[in-house]
This record gives sequence, C-alpha cells and structure tokens, in this order.
Amino acid sequence: MSMMLMIHPDKCTGCRNCELACSMEHEGNFRPKASRVHVYTWEREGFSVPMMCQQCKDAACVTVCMPKAMHRNPENGQVELDADKCIGCKMCVQACPFGCASWDFLGSQILKCDTCDGAPSCAAICPTHALEWVEDTVSAQARKRSFAAKLKNAFAEV
Amino acid sequence: MHGWIGKILRVDLGTGKVSTEALKPELARDYIGARGLGTKYMYDEVDPTVDPLSPANKLIFASGPMTGTFAPSAGRYDVVTKGPLTGTIAASNSGGAWGPELKYAGYDMLILEGRAAKPVYLWIQDDKVEIRDASHLWGKDVPETTETLNAETAADAKIACIGPAGEAMSYIAAIMNDMQRAAGRTGVGAVMGSKNLKAVVVRGTGAVTVADKEAFLAAVAKASTMIKEHPVGGTGLRLYGTNVLVNILNSVGGLPTANFQDGHFETADKVGGETLAANQLQRPKGCFSCIISCGRATKVSNPKYKGEGEGPEYETAWGFGPDCRIDNLDAVVKANYYCNEYGLDTISMGGTVACAMELYHRGIITKEDTEGLDLDFGNADAMVEAVRLTGLGQGFGRKLALGSYRLASLYGHPELSMTVKKQEMPAYDPRAVQGIGLNYATNNRGGCHVRGYTISPEVLGVPFKVDKDSIEGKAELVALFQNLTAALDSTGSCLFTTFGIGAPEFAELMTALTGFAYSGDSFLAAGERVWNLERLWNLKAGLTAADDTLPPRLLNEPIVTGPSKGAVSRLPEMLPLYYGARGWDADGVPTREKLSALELA
Repeated sequence: MSMMLMIHPDKCTGCRNCELACSMEHEGNFRPKASRVHVYTWEREGFSVPMMCQQCKDAACVTVCMPKAMHRNPENGQVELDADKCIGCKMCVQACPFGCASWDFLGSQILKCDTCDGAPSCAAICPTHALEWVEDTVSAQARKRSFAAKLKNAFAEV
Repeated sequence: MHGWIGKILRVDLGTGKVSTEALKPELARDYIGARGLGTKYMYDEVDPTVDPLSPANKLIFASGPMTGTFAPSAGRYDVVTKGPLTGTIAASNSGGAWGPELKYAGYDMLILEGRAAKPVYLWIQDDKVEIRDASHLWGKDVPETTETLNAETAADAKIACIGPAGEAMSYIAAIMNDMQRAAGRTGVGAVMGSKNLKAVVVRGTGAVTVADKEAFLAAVAKASTMIKEHPVGGTGLRLYGTNVLVNILNSVGGLPTANFQDGHFETADKVGGETLAANQLQRPKGCFSCIISCGRATKVSNPKYKGEGEGPEYETAWGFGPDCRIDNLDAVVKANYYCNEYGLDTISMGGTVACAMELYHRGIITKEDTEGLDLDFGNADAMVEAVRLTGLGQGFGRKLALGSYRLASLYGHPELSMTVKKQEMPAYDPRAVQGIGLNYATNNRGGCHVRGYTISPEVLGVPFKVDKDSIEGKAELVALFQNLTAALDSTGSCLFTTFGIGAPEFAELMTALTGFAYSGDSFLAAGERVWNLERLWNLKAGLTAADDTLPPRLLNEPIVTGPSKGAVSRLPEMLPLYYGARGWDADGVPTREKLSALELA
C-alpha cells in the first residue's frame, strides 16, 4: 500500500490555490507557472480539472531518463527526481502522456510533483477537497460509492 | 518590493507608445493598490472635469499587493477611470484570474491613455507588449472574443474585454474578464469602447514575492480558518451563492419590488438561491485564490431560455426578478447570460428595465416607444428581450443602454429612476434598512452596496447586530464600513472575506506580505484616505452635497406591504451626522484639518 493524490474534478472550483501552495512550497514565492499542478477551466461550462503527476507504475518518464535521475522510490512507491543527476534533456517532458513533467525555462529545472515528501501542500490547501491525499487501496472507493448513489437514484425512480 | 511588483505599464493608444515606470514605495504603502492606488494616479494625472468618453480620460487596470498570492479570496483587480454613467471617479472591482496574471507578467497597474485610431487589442507577455489589430473582433460577444483571442495568442492567456455594449459606449457597459466575471459598475466598458480597445490579453511567467514567508503563512492560515468557520463565509455562500439573500431580504421587508414601489414580493422564493441550487446550479465556482466559492456555474435547459454560464448573483436575480415583478428564474438567468455575453452591468440593466416597466405601466411610454415590446411588470419574455436588445444596441435597447436616469429624463420623469448619482441602486431597500440608504446617498460612485455593506450588521448581524430601523450610530457605522472596504478593496481582497476577518487580520497579512508595518488603525486610515481622495475628485468634477441624496420616492413614499410597511428613509436626519462623523463641513467638503490628518493636504 502507498498513498496517492486523488483528483475529484467535480469538486474543483477552479480557484488555483493548489498552484499557489505548490509554488510557495517549492519556489518560496507565488509563481503558478512553476507549479507542479495546474488547473484547467472551461469557462463556458464552468468546469475545472486539476492536472498533476499520477506516479505511474510503468512510468514513461522513468523509462526514458538516461541518467536515471527520474526513478522510483521503493519505500513509498513514488516517482522521484534526483535533481543532481538530471541533465535537463527534457526527455521526461516529451514522454509523459499527461504532460505532468514540464520544463521551467526561468528556473532551468524539471517541474514534477514530489508529493512534498509525503505531505502534499496542494491537497492541504484545497478548500473543497477536490485534491485528496489518500491510501491507494481505498482511493477509488469514495468515487465508486458516489457513482453507485447516482445509479441508485436512477433505478429507484424506475 | 514584496507583494507589489514595483512596476507600472503605461500605454498610449493614440501614439502607440509603450513605457514602464517604477512604483513609488511610499505611494504603495499609503494607497495600498487597486482602487486606492489607481485613484491616486487618476487624481494626480487627470482633470476631474474631463469628458469620460474623450481620449483625455485614462483607463487604469490596477491589482493589489495581495493579488496573486494565496491570501484567502484575494485575486481581484479594479478598473479605475472617470465613469460615464455617474460622472464620478469609478473603480469597478472584478475577480477571476486576470488581475493575478497582470502581476505575474510584471506589473501592478496598467495605465491606458488616448484613443486608438481603429479597433485594437493589447497583448502583454511579460515585458513584450504589442498593440494588435482587433477589427476582426469588433462586434463579437464576450465568449467568442475570449475564445478567438486565446486561439491567436496563448491558450493560458487571461482576457479582459468588452462586448457589443461597450463598443457602442452604453453607459451601463461592463468590462468582462475570464468570460464570466465583470468589472460592472459605472459604465467602465464604455470608456474602453471609447478608446477603441476591444481587449487586454495577458500572460505572465513571473512571481509575486513575500517579505516574511513564515509570518505570511501563519497570517493566511489564521484568516482562512476564521473565514471557513464563519457560517456565511464558510458554508452559506458556497451552498447558495449570494442569492441566498432573496429570502432573507424579503423576510425583513427590504426586497425592493416593482422599481422600488414596494419592499416585499410574495413569490420571491421562486428566484432565490435555494431554488437556483435545486434547479439551474451545476456547481460552485471560485475566483483566483478563493476559499469561499460563491460563484454559480449554471445551466438552463428550458428551451425558451436555454444557455449556460455563470450567475446570477443576488443583485442580478433581484434586478431581473422582484424589481421587475418577475418570478421566473429561468428567464432571470437568461437575462444574466445576455449581460455576460454582451458586456452589461446586471444591476444597472435590471434597474433600467424596471424603470422602463414603470414608465410603460403608467402610460408615459407606449408600445410605439418600445417598438412593440409589451414592457409591463411581470412580463418575463419582454424583460429578456429588452436585455438582448440593449446588449446589441437595437430597437428600444438603444434607449435602455443610456441607463434609467437618462431614459426616464428623456420622457420627463427622472424621479422614476431609482438611482443615486445616476447609478442604479441595488437590492436593499433604504426604507427598510436605514444605514444602507445613507451609504447609497454618500457613496463615491453613486448607488452601490459593496462599498459600505451595512447589510452585514443591519440584517445579517455580522460581526454584530444593530437595529436596521434605527438611525442611531448609523453615520459612524457607514463611515467605518466605507473606510474598511476602501482599504480591503485596495489590497485585492474580496469583500466577502469580511465574513470572517477584519482590519486586524488584514493588517497582519499586509505587514507580513509587504514588510511595511500596518496596524488595524493604520489600515483603516489608509481606507479613509482613499475615501476622502475619491470625495475630493468628485467635488472637483462638479458634484456637491445636493448629489448626496436618494430618489424622492424613498424619502416620501412609504413601503406598501410586508414587514416594513409604512417605512421611509430618514436620510435627511442622518446626512449631517455623517458629514460630522467624516470631519467634513456642512456642505460635505473635507476640512483642512481632516485632509492634513490624512496627509492629503
């Protein structure tokens, strides 16, 4: 068992406090462009989706990393970046299918979620719990249950 | 500098000259930012008698020091200019994510001067600033403009623009940002239109820095907790939005009905926040850095009024609802969508339709004047069509676009316009709630509730309860709320943070963020300084104490039904007390002593 960041787009209000907390945690200032999480909002529908590293089991960023800077930590299961080994080739940026490794041209660094060493600041600040830091064994249960409730309501009406 | 970026961008649209200049630290400390700092620049640079729609008027987009930080619900900016609707200094406040983006691009303020020879938009990417042709965007509504500009600049650029109403220089035109948020009041959209400026597009990659990180994080944590634990700031606004107020105001008989002919509406609940939550609401939305989430992402599936977007706020639901004797929420929401799409202020639009309905009801205007529109109270279809025509500048909408004061004056009945300083009053009846009437009358931008929101203590009992029907202590209360709001507006904070925090907490946040030492008292003093500067501007623009009044109806015609039946506003008794509380003379002019105490003389 390990922990994971669970994203609930249905609860996201698009406030971007997660970006600000991430930037403050890692950069010591408020610079959303350097955040490891980004929120995308469709203004016509008023719908927002936070995007961040999902710590893939078969992680493309790890596979393509020649100097082995991007690696899995066997203790917590997270994909971590050893900045000392990183040569800035940006292969991880190109490989991640979710776009969740990016290059900060101002800071000359790879931006990738490190879960704030197991206490993600984004989940801590999220005012609506759209981001949750939960055990990966139970992460999906809440969503499963809430969808089951919708089905229940639909069937109960029949 | 910390909090502030320390740089101002200045663009002359007439010559195309782009320049930057340093922000003076002592000005920033004393006027804070946004509304306060923008007003200071207007005061120093623009003659208050200027024609608001001439090239000599300036248009300032100003963020605050807290804008772009995670101070709770503090991502706002102000548009500061001379307002064409009122002839007063205007500062229209808006949320969304545009203000923070201006700071990340490296600027506290953008000052626009002159007039472009043809339609243009401004494209700001950090220190790269371009004036681009906007002829292909002229005539397009706000959503289409926003999407087109995102496609031709950057997908993550933030856009403030005008719709067709601003292009046509409607006196009630708004500037819209992030498609759904409005710098709505006083007609700032018309000023943008007069400059041939369709949009300001911003993308920034920089940072906002903090003077004392640990102290700031602690101050933010404390303020956030206080807001989250507050019944209004923490839960009420997210559940029902500001529109939770329809039933509350109706229950005390303070819901203006049928163009303020009454203060109670039998079927008000049908347009209230609870009804909205049960039907049109999709989910709550938050502006940048917001922890309150009062925004309403809504959808109407009724084919007649079909649409999706944001809103309504309480004042919008009231304006298109009870003030027009309408209880069809789908129609109200549709009217709100039209305002967002065409770029209109919902409060002034609602008040103007209500005024037109009274003119029609009394036979002062007929179907001939309205070009066939049966614009009587209760006609939801006619109301929605009137808003659409106003947005597009067609038919009778061309006259509605003038706002209710100029409309009613055209037909010889200015007394039927429910305005202060020609701006439509919002959704709180001054006969039922005495303090808010004094605030309307003395407000530096005319009929406006958000700069002295005494509804909090007078109706909601926040942070303490006062008797809404009494005039005792109201002069001091109004002045205090006006000062606090002027200061917090200037930080970039949202007014709703006061459902949880006050001057001491703002002072803590400001001190940790900027490194300048603020106390609760010096923070309030900055607000008082801003208020007095706005007053000085208005006096120089030609306004006098005679403009500090309410429509005669509210002073003379009692509320007809409901819990506040029989009430009138006691403004004439309160006004001299207010001037006294402000340290102004009997003509409402700030005394030399007051001005020197505020370092304004």
